[in-house]
Amino acid sequence: MTTMNRNKLRLLALATTLALGIGAAHATDITGAGSSFVYPVISKWSAAYAEKTGNRVNYQSIGSGGGIAQIKAGTVDFGASDMPLDEATLDKFGLGQFPDVIGGIVPAYNIAGIAPGKLVLDGQVLAKIFLGQITNWSDPAIAALNPDIALPSAKITVVHRSDGSGTSFNVTNYLSKVSADWKSKVGEGTAVKWPVGIGGKGNEGVSAYVKQIPNSIGYVEYAYAVQNKLGYARMKNAAGKVVSPETASFQAAAATADWSHAKNFNLLMTNAPGTDAWPITATSWVIMYKQPKNVANSKVAFDFFRYAYDDGKAAATALDYVPLPASLVTQIEGYWKTEFKQ
Amino acid sequence: MSSIPAIAVISSTDRRSRADARHDAWFRRLLKVCALLVLAALLGAALSTLWGGREVLFGQGLHFLTSADWNPVTDTYGALAPIFGTLVTSLIALVLAVPLSFGIALFLTEIAPTWLRGPVATAIELLASIPSIIYGMWGLFVFVPFMARVEPGLSATLGRIPLLGKLFEGPPIGLGLLTAGIVLAVMILPFISSVMREVFQTVPNRLKESSYALGSTTWEVVWDIVLPYTRSAVIGGIFLGLGRALGETMAVTFVLGNAYNITSSLLMPGTSISSSIANEFNEAVGTHRSALIALGFLLFVVTFVVLLISRLMLRRLAKREGA
Repeated sequence: MTTMNRNKLRLLALATTLALGIGAAHATDITGAGSSFVYPVISKWSAAYAEKTGNRVNYQSIGSGGGIAQIKAGTVDFGASDMPLDEATLDKFGLGQFPDVIGGIVPAYNIAGIAPGKLVLDGQVLAKIFLGQITNWSDPAIAALNPDIALPSAKITVVHRSDGSGTSFNVTNYLSKVSADWKSKVGEGTAVKWPVGIGGKGNEGVSAYVKQIPNSIGYVEYAYAVQNKLGYARMKNAAGKVVSPETASFQAAAATADWSHAKNFNLLMTNAPGTDAWPITATSWVIMYKQPKNVANSKVAFDFFRYAYDDGKAAATALDYVPLPASLVTQIEGYWKTEFKQ
Repeated sequence: MSSIPAIAVISSTDRRSRADARHDAWFRRLLKVCALLVLAALLGAALSTLWGGREVLFGQGLHFLTSADWNPVTDTYGALAPIFGTLVTSLIALVLAVPLSFGIALFLTEIAPTWLRGPVATAIELLASIPSIIYGMWGLFVFVPFMARVEPGLSATLGRIPLLGKLFEGPPIGLGLLTAGIVLAVMILPFISSVMREVFQTVPNRLKESSYALGSTTWEVVWDIVLPYTRSAVIGGIFLGLGRALGETMAVTFVLGNAYNITSSLLMPGTSISSSIANEFNEAVGTHRSALIALGFLLFVVTFVVLLISRLMLRRLAKREGA
């Protein structure tokens, strides 16, 4: 019964595709699902791409976990995840992955009288604040980094994400890299056991809490800090230089990260070594089958991302994302040629 | 001659009544299927959450129920903090909403002038139709800042009382168990008060008037006549509200603070079963997902236990009244 039904459905699907095919010549609809981090930019790219080529990219922002599950089940043409898959998983399912766009994550604060970009923090201090070991803004460790500003003697309220998120993953990964204490007590993940603080749902939830609660500190994607006019901290990076969160420093992190030695682009850009690199820079990965069942759709997907890397730069910048540096794009295109059946 | 049509009539009525009986049987079966469908859906939902959460429910066993340690990194899950948050916020909501609903219902049935009853009753019912996400946004953007201004005062006054003061310690950030409880109270208020109003109206005027004639005050009429007459329905209404408070998700997620805490202070952030699921389900894989589904099963159990208690209470009340 079921096989018959399925055959009927297939026939129906075939008939519809044919019927549609007559209407719009060679238009292909492909589907992707996953990370909500890239959703705004993918939908913008998708609209522009559809206008140019007639091919549509339907992207469902269901979260990285969902995206990975969907691509493993083969129900979508590409998945997108904020966490890279390890080699064993990729090999087991015959998948490959590559970065799509870069974004920066910033510590956002609300301290009366301290303007955005004035406060300076480093990884150690940030870890201690999030561990609940530094509880007051007048702590000497913060004062040592900020000799020029008068910090209030006020209790720090920590705000973190309550939902599982790639943003949390990148922040906790960074803190694990710079603080052994954090690594042993909390660790890294899309959701972790936060020692202190309150949880806001989504970037917008954290932004709202930081905005409302005096003397609070949280972390959000750069675009949210800018749009909500939140105070954001400058950070001392791995090279010991104090950098501002901006396109140049995010791109510096991507450029100085050692991609050439990262198999399957399995590399997190946090705590990147470059002198101008922003320490909490993140990307998300597109995950696709190396031997796709539907080669035509796969082809359109590659064409879409090639378009995104090239013509989609302005759209990405307008949304406060950062396009991948040219060297990385070349490397990704090489990876496509050698690993994927096109 | 005359007997032949009579026989025809009998046989036709006979046939009709047989057809009627058959239709009746089918109708009965249809109704039974409708009712069983609800049971099947309920059982299916309960079993599928049990199955989805088996890895944690049976793998970690009692630890899941007795531990407050919720750590996705090490894959150890204890549900005590969400259970605690769910029960505490619902309890606060009940403590606030029940007396208030009682007052509203009484005012509308006994005291208010007739022209006022309709509009106020409609307004209360409209309150029930506001989507919970709106309550959540109102809670986050309007009520939380308000509470942040009120809470220092609470800590300074109520916080000084020995023992009870423990409930009002902590940083005044506006978010937390108390705020969530108050928002929940506003949300369940219309349910409880409209049920109460409906049942108060069913009290025969004869009874009330006799009582007034004997010289009772309004309060005495309400306490000794109206309430005993409607007790079981009032309790039913309260549990309807409680059921909603236990399962409420979005509004709570916005104002509860979403921290896996068990604290004595109501001003501290906490988490609830449904908000934990809503927050983490999207990105959860493997054991984490199983733990969240197991939480869903727990919510089933908690709601079921609450309903069971309400049934038992009603039965005991009925018995006492019968004796």
